[in-house]
Amino acid sequence: MPSLDDLKKRISSVKSTQKITKAMKMVAAAKLRKAQDNAEKGRPYSEKMNNIILNLSDGISDKENAPKLLAGTGDEKIYLCIVLTSDRGLCGGFNSNIIKKAKIYFQKILSENKTLKIITVGSKGYDQLKRVYKDNIIEKISFKDSKNVNYFDANKIGKIIINRFEKKEFDVCTIFYNQFKNVITQIPQEQQIIPLKTSDIKKKDSSSIDNYEFEPEEDEILSILLPKNISTQIFKAMLENSASEQGSRMTAMDNATRNAGEMVDKLTIQYNRSRQAAITKELIEIISGAESL
Amino acid sequence: MSQDFKIEIVNPEKAFLSKEDITEVVVPAFEGEMGILKDHISIISFLKPGIIKVFSQEGEEKFYIDDGIMEFKDNILTILTSYVFNLKKLDKNYIEKSIEEAEKSLSNEINDQKRFLVNQKIEVLKSLTLN
Repeated sequence: MPSLDDLKKRISSVKSTQKITKAMKMVAAAKLRKAQDNAEKGRPYSEKMNNIILNLSDGISDKENAPKLLAGTGDEKIYLCIVLTSDRGLCGGFNSNIIKKAKIYFQKILSENKTLKIITVGSKGYDQLKRVYKDNIIEKISFKDSKNVNYFDANKIGKIIINRFEKKEFDVCTIFYNQFKNVITQIPQEQQIIPLKTSDIKKKDSSSIDNYEFEPEEDEILSILLPKNISTQIFKAMLENSASEQGSRMTAMDNATRNAGEMVDKLTIQYNRSRQAAITKELIEIISGAESL
Repeated sequence: MSQDFKIEIVNPEKAFLSKEDITEVVVPAFEGEMGILKDHISIISFLKPGIIKVFSQEGEEKFYIDDGIMEFKDNILTILTSYVFNLKKLDKNYIEKSIEEAEKSLSNEINDQKRFLVNQKIEVLKSLTLN
């Protein structure tokens, strides 16, 4: 049985933890609104980009000579995986969910005797993956310094990928991130960006395969547009990720606050009981002392 | 019949501009400036750094774009660009910085097409600072 003093200390420590988690929840909620706003604002760009690429790739008659970013290298031996995670912890299952999804994919690739290369974005992903896949990680990127998600950062990652692709360091590239559905649900996603899967892009109105006029030629536009699309897709993933991170942190901290509250209640009851017991004991001692006189 | 069509300028962060009553748009297309009126043929074109002129009932507006791609279809003009700003709100610091950056990238080894685009960018940005 812990002493009254111990209980008092524990109660106050749980209470101060609760204060912290409550504050973190508030901060996450405020940031979430902003991140969600940004994610929604960013959607039109990637959607329109997809539409244009779709229209363009339909227009290409000579599929054999299509740009390699669209058609692939012809090989499927080396896989590059970009794992996007957060830089901060205390956000519930956010990072572990992405890692779990990615690890299943890694296992599949390794069991098929293919080469796996990993680039981690965000320090938490690197921390979790370095234990098992240390030799596979070829680069780790972190944007701890930049406050908000911005296109400039996404472009940097995009350029790294394109450079490596041009050096023929990999054949297939997949990105892993969390898609923001709502505050409680975030869905881990895997998305192949090289070669681009046009079948994945949903066609809104299949009837409108227009005869576009192109300036310059289709393949020339495509060869400029596809690298841009890589950055766009990564930017989209980063936006979704940041909204998911805040959402996940908010729910996690909400739960933590509630749990701390329950714990305080339990400890307070225990504290009151022990105090009562001590008083009763003293009373009994006095009464029995008086009786014996 | 009205002679208006719709324009949307989108950058990665947000939908920058969306307007309904546009009478004419002049864009810096890859192979020269191009004016677009209502009922233009469907077209997809790559844009080089330059000024977009948007004419509407309210008058003329000018925007600078870093790069971009435009699509015109069913009287909707969509312009995707990575960086855009209204010439009325131009930021001298940004312009000077990007001129510097562009000039630096010229000293690296790049292909002719990129060199052309970078030169174009410097030229446009410099002309902006003069006014």
